Amino acid sequence: MGSRSSHAAVIPDADSIRRETGFSQASLLRLHHRFRALDRNKKGYLSRMDLQQIGALAVNPLGDRIIESFFPDGSQQVDFPGFVRVLAHFRPVEDEDTETQDPKKPEPLNSRRNKLHYAFQLYDLDRDGKISRHEMLQVLRLMVGVQVTEEQLENIADRTVQEADEDGDGAVSFVEFTKSLEKMDVEQKMSIRILK
Amino acid sequence: MEGAELAGKILSTWLTLVLGFILLPSVFGVSLGISEIYMKILVKTLEWATIRIEKGTPKESILKNSASVGIIQRDESPMEKGLSGLRGRDFELSDVFYFSKKGLEAIVEDEVTQRFSSEELVSWNLLTRTNVNFQYISLRLTMVWVLGVIVRYCVLLPLRVTLAFIGISLLVIGTTLVGQLPDSSLKNWLSELVHLTCCRICVRSLSGTIHYHNKQYRPQKGGICVANHTSPIDVLILTTDGCYAMVGQVHGGLMGIIQRAMVKACPHVWFERSEMKDRHLVTKRLKEHIADKKKLPILIFPEGTCINNTSVMMFKKGSFEIGGTIHPVAIKYNPQFGDAFWNSSKYNMVSYLLRMMTSWAIVCDVWYMPPMTREEGEDAVQFANRVKSAIAIQGGLTELPWDGGLKRAKVKDTLKEEQQKNYSKMIVGNGSVS
Repeated sequence: MGSRSSHAAVIPDADSIRRETGFSQASLLRLHHRFRALDRNKKGYLSRMDLQQIGALAVNPLGDRIIESFFPDGSQQVDFPGFVRVLAHFRPVEDEDTETQDPKKPEPLNSRRNKLHYAFQLYDLDRDGKISRHEMLQVLRLMVGVQVTEEQLENIADRTVQEADEDGDGAVSFVEFTKSLEKMDVEQKMSIRILK
Repeated sequence: MEGAELAGKILSTWLTLVLGFILLPSVFGVSLGISEIYMKILVKTLEWATIRIEKGTPKESILKNSASVGIIQRDESPMEKGLSGLRGRDFELSDVFYFSKKGLEAIVEDEVTQRFSSEELVSWNLLTRTNVNFQYISLRLTMVWVLGVIVRYCVLLPLRVTLAFIGISLLVIGTTLVGQLPDSSLKNWLSELVHLTCCRICVRSLSGTIHYHNKQYRPQKGGICVANHTSPIDVLILTTDGCYAMVGQVHGGLMGIIQRAMVKACPHVWFERSEMKDRHLVTKRLKEHIADKKKLPILIFPEGTCINNTSVMMFKKGSFEIGGTIHPVAIKYNPQFGDAFWNSSKYNMVSYLLRMMTSWAIVCDVWYMPPMTREEGEDAVQFANRVKSAIAIQGGLTELPWDGGLKRAKVKDTLKEEQQKNYSKMIVGNGSVS
């Protein structure tokens, strides 16, 4: 049978999720529908395997890193709020977000800084806040598979770390990462627009 | 004593009615029009129900109608453009943006996962199983629904089970009897008669209404018939209009009995499980079969698994390597009257058949299409894709390049390697790395 669509009342904590992520009611309903479709055994949460079943994700060279981003702090399950929190990073930046910037409220999840932070932690394997040369190598290896020799890869990793590293500690911190990408149109490249 | 006599009388009247109204006309391929009347009443009832539901629900629920349309705005540019591309450029830290965006897009919406669950209906058809989002609307609607349940379970179900039982027994007995005869044109004619009659009975046992289009292109002897696969009933639907030689594995149990009986009357191609693994053996036997122009056309489903009838997935090239003429057939079910899709991971054969027999009806369209042959310089895969496109267009289904085997297995690593290869070419370029 098809997956059930949901009413607002069925999504627990719908209001707080909406405030935290900035998704509209309609988008949230669609995402909840999708969450339940991916949750094949109706467990109420998603495991790594549920996400691995998505064909287009499994062929993505960074598929495993993306799946990991849903399970911070070593957890094995992601519930709907956690699911939406990650997706919120890719919400397009709308004018209303930049205008009403209330200094007391926390930064919205789809701000430029948070988008960059999402990309940063795809590289930062041990979550220590720095991308070491070793981590850079490992992520590069994921992206190229067996197509590139170890030597070529090391050259690329060395060059990249050297270019971005400013304080000479041999690793790229988040600040250095942000600086090296300051000219990049992050908002456009890391945005997925959900149609009404 | 009286009770037993009464029961006996009812049973005999019942059987006579069934014989007169359903079995005899099946032999001659004639329809008495009872199903047509039933369908008309059904259509009117469902239209009424739809209007009542639309009046009753608020505008919000129109939201879910676009379940089959994309929900995110997609940028389908190839990897080079997405990575802001000049070819042979070096690795940048920002490359990860492209992959993460594509990955998250796939998480929000992917084309494949939705094909392995039943299609959602735009408006409810008064079956509990499709009651996805419809709340209580009015007393009258609920009454009609209750009436529907009674009609389906207490009137239609026993009738259908009786018919199915009769149909299958007749098939087994009939084909065994015909099999005793020596090979002759009489034997072929009789075997066709038995096959057609029993298939018609079985189709009526599902209240099937089938429209055949373009009968002039019906598959000829010595050809191969390929069709999209939604359920085991596809076979029934096609064999009601013509005889085919079937290809498949030998099963045990009831299916095995039917298979063994059928092959006595008419040469089907059944393989042992061990033989199926040997592709050359399979191809050889099929080639032998079609070389004999007097033998019936082979029926093959190249997708290899059941898809939910909204799309056509990858056609396996094996069937297209045999040679000969391919006769494509497109089958499209109307989900309003009953969902024919067999979700084999959710339902086993028996519960599936019960669901079929308690639906309103099985309504489908069958389009026969002009024959196709492999062209010069075309390999099996390209030919398979050409046939697949033709079937998809005719049946109004979307076309997907993915393998139906994704239902059970994970994606092959070779597909990921292709993406990795593409990316490597970009950052390493012509072998020079700065």
